[in-house]
Amino acid sequence: MSAAQPVTAATFDEVVLKSSIPVLVDFWAEWCGPCRAVGPILDQISEEYAGKIKVVKLNTDEESAIAIKYGIVSIPTLNVYVNGEVVKTVVGAKPKPALLKELAAFI
Amino acid sequence: MSEILDVVIVGSGPAGYTAAIYAARAELAPVLYEGSVTAGGALMNTTEVENFPGFPDGVMGPDLMDSLRKQCERFGTKIFTDDIVSMDLSGEIKVLTDGSGNTLKSKSVILATGSAYKEIGLTNEKRLSGRGVSWCATCDGFFFREKVIAVVGGGDSAMEEATFLTRFASKVYVIHRRDSLRASKIMIERAKSNPKIEFIWNTEVIDVLGADKVSGLKLRNLLTSEESERDFDALFVAIGHLPRSELLIGQIDLDGEGYVKVDGRSTRTNQKGVFACGDLVDHTYRQAITAAGTGCQAALDAERFLASH
Repeated sequence: MSAAQPVTAATFDEVVLKSSIPVLVDFWAEWCGPCRAVGPILDQISEEYAGKIKVVKLNTDEESAIAIKYGIVSIPTLNVYVNGEVVKTVVGAKPKPALLKELAAFI
Repeated sequence: MSEILDVVIVGSGPAGYTAAIYAARAELAPVLYEGSVTAGGALMNTTEVENFPGFPDGVMGPDLMDSLRKQCERFGTKIFTDDIVSMDLSGEIKVLTDGSGNTLKSKSVILATGSAYKEIGLTNEKRLSGRGVSWCATCDGFFFREKVIAVVGGGDSAMEEATFLTRFASKVYVIHRRDSLRASKIMIERAKSNPKIEFIWNTEVIDVLGADKVSGLKLRNLLTSEESERDFDALFVAIGHLPRSELLIGQIDLDGEGYVKVDGRSTRTNQKGVFACGDLVDHTYRQAITAAGTGCQAALDAERFLASH
C-alpha cells in the first residue's frame, strides 16, 4: 500500500515540507491524459523506492492555491522537495526509465 | 520470451489500433506496444473530433481511441502499455526490446509510432517549456485563465489550439509567418470570427522572454525586418510535426525529413517483414482516418507476407 498518496493544503506542510526524506509531488488533474498515463509509473516508483523518496499527488483542480503558489502552469509537473524547498522540477509525462534518471540523485 | 511472434505492432493511435484489429482478426495474435506515456497517440490531446467518418455528432479524441483499443482487444490483441526502446529489424526474425527490459522476437513488425510536435528551435523555447511554453492547448490552456496567449502556426492545429484557448484566455494572438493560413476553411472562419482571436501576419518568433516563466516574445516582421518585443503570458507552438523515426535510423529507409519510405501505395518498407503506417509515413494528409486506413493496409500487407514466409 505504498502507492502515491494524495496530499492537500491541510496536509502539505506536514507531509511534504517537514518530511525527513525527499518528497516527489505529482501535480495532476482528472482531465489531463498524460497525468493519468504517468500515474501508475509513479505508483511503482513509490513502492520500489519506499523509504528513500515519498511520492504524493496534488490535484490542481481541488488545491489550486498550492498549484498557484508553486507556479504550476503545465501538468503533469513533478516537484522534488528536500527540506521544504523545491530542488528539482520535471514537466511532462516521461517513461519510467527517463523518470528514474531524473530522480537518480534522490533514490 | 523465447517464442517467435507473428507480428508486433509498435505504436498505437488510429494506425496502430486499426492494424491490430485486422491482424487479430487474421488470427496473427498481434502484440501491440502502445507507449508508456503516449498510448493513444495525438488524438489523446484533442477534444472534439468532428471529421472522423461515422460520428455525425463528433466524438472526443480520447473516447475514439478508447473504442479502437477495446475493439482490438476484443479480437485478441495483447496490449502492453510500454515502449519499444530498441529494434533490430535486419534479420528474418526481428528482435525488439521494451522499456521493462524484455526481448521480443517476431517474423514481422508494423511501425506506427506517429509524430511529435515540432519546436521552433529556440533555446529559450526549450528552457521555458512547461513554464509558459506549451505544445498542447488542451493540456495547459487551463492555467492561463484571463491571460494573453500567443499561438504560432498557420494550419488546422494552430486554429484549433487558438480557438480552444479562447475558453480561458482574455486574448489569443495567432502569429504566422505568411499572410494566409493553410488551415481548412471552416477552421479559419471559426478563428477569424472569434472576437478573442487576433492575427499577427508575416511575423516570426525569434526569442521567448522571461526569467523563470514566459513574460513576452521577441518578434520579427518578415516584410520589414523590424524586430519588436511584446508581452505575452504563454506561447503555444502549433507549427507541425516530425515523424518519430529515431529508432529506425540506419536500418529503415527514411526521407529527408525522417518520414519512413514505403513502396508505392503499400506499407512495405525497404526491410522485408517490416511495414509502416500512419503519421510516421504520411506527410501529406495526416488525418486520423487516413492513419486508420494505412493501419489496415499494414496488417493486410503483413498477413500476405506471413502467408508466404
